[in-house]
Amino acid sequence: MAHEILEKNQGPKDLYLVGVLEGGDLLARRLRDLIISFEGVEPPVGAVDVTLYRDDLSGRGGPVPFLRQSHLPIPVDGRKILLVDDVLFTGRTVRAAMDFLIDFGRPSRIMLAVLVDRGHRELPIRADFVGKNLPTARDEKVEVDLTPGTEAVYLTRSETSGVPHDQ
Amino acid sequence: MINKILATGAPPFGPHLLSVSGLSPEVLTGILDTAESFLEVGHQTVKKVPVLRGKTLVNLFYESSTRTRSSFEIAAKRLSADVINVSPTQSSVTKGESLLDTVRTIEALGADGLVIRHPSSGAPAFVADRLRCHVINGGDGCHQHPTQALLDLFTIRKRMGRIEGLKVAIVGDILHSRVARSNIMTLSRMGAHVRLVAPPTLIPPGIRTWPVEVYHRLDEGIRECDVVMALRLQLERAAGGYIPSVSEYARLYGINADVLDRLAPGALVLHPGPVNRGVEISGEEGFDDRSAILSQVEFGVSVRMAVLYLLMGGGSEEAFPDKGGKE
Repeated sequence: MAHEILEKNQGPKDLYLVGVLEGGDLLARRLRDLIISFEGVEPPVGAVDVTLYRDDLSGRGGPVPFLRQSHLPIPVDGRKILLVDDVLFTGRTVRAAMDFLIDFGRPSRIMLAVLVDRGHRELPIRADFVGKNLPTARDEKVEVDLTPGTEAVYLTRSETSGVPHDQ
Repeated sequence: MINKILATGAPPFGPHLLSVSGLSPEVLTGILDTAESFLEVGHQTVKKVPVLRGKTLVNLFYESSTRTRSSFEIAAKRLSADVINVSPTQSSVTKGESLLDTVRTIEALGADGLVIRHPSSGAPAFVADRLRCHVINGGDGCHQHPTQALLDLFTIRKRMGRIEGLKVAIVGDILHSRVARSNIMTLSRMGAHVRLVAPPTLIPPGIRTWPVEVYHRLDEGIRECDVVMALRLQLERAAGGYIPSVSEYARLYGINADVLDRLAPGALVLHPGPVNRGVEISGEEGFDDRSAILSQVEFGVSVRMAVLYLLMGGGSEEAFPDKGGKE
């Protein structure tokens, strides 16, 4: 994926990786490490908590979560932002993340990289870079484990134990 | 992923914020961390987030206030809420409308949240029992001032890097201070050692049951302290009657640059404001960066954003279980 990203952007110039908390953060840093090892250049890495921009906060009732700290080390203006998330599902999180970034400034471009695309989009959003397309049923759960050594994607149907898929 | 994000970290917090007494260290930390994220909003190009869009907050202040009210107003506006300020001097309260009728009217106008400051201790709790909107205590009598305690906690953590193990001296009119009462609870719960420094007449009765050490001499009380919180002498609550004279009080308990030298290195001075210059604090210009009084005001906005978001950000259906039209 890192190769594909570099190829499409003609190198790491102006590239700015932004992970969506909480799954995308670790993934963004792993992509950064790979880009360093291929190109010897370190792209900036940020992380955003998009809770404040979600469209389902007031609709679901009950308490809202505490926030994690978003962190954007340099301004986004004029940069080629690569949003990174672990799973792409309805697309609503990505919509929230884009609104968040646009409130911070004016990136020259926003791209999306996801490890798993599980379908069921509810918004006109697609990923520029996909690790694996994973057809799922709506009520299934996809979990990504990025612990070094035991990386795996688990597909769980409520209660029953997971079926491991390799990365 | 959506379910996972929404299911984790749901706080046992709300639907009202009347006192800090029920808040566990975990919840306090969660509020401070949330406030930390809201500091970032002040650095965005668009200094607003849409999380409270379409919600209305009413500020109802029966006592005068600059920073608490404007801080809540700015906080709510940064969260995209609509804000209405009601001050009793310009409202039907002057025509004799009761507190309950006033808040019921405000509720009927469609308020989602109500910040109330009242000279009677317990007024916010009284109101909260009778309304179906979120009630936030903006200071009630000599009882509680939760958001002030939270922003003090935030300021200390931000400037000192931690709270646990710090020695904090609260100096001055403890008797009348809702700020002190709230702060003693939050600070001791977060592991700080709290000392109270005041003349015996300004120490409340029943102090032995509080988790504090009491000193009557400023010298002894603040020795080696990391944080000194000066309190305003509440002359409007007749604090003047408890001390021989204001100038004597200033001489014995006032914080000045000389006093600061007896504190631990890198110590911090806090004051909830408004300051009686020359009484609790004099010569602040000589404090260098040890005064955190303006930081408190700045951080107050983020902390109040966190409180408003956590209370009002979710839907209202489940926030008020079994609370049908209670009369």
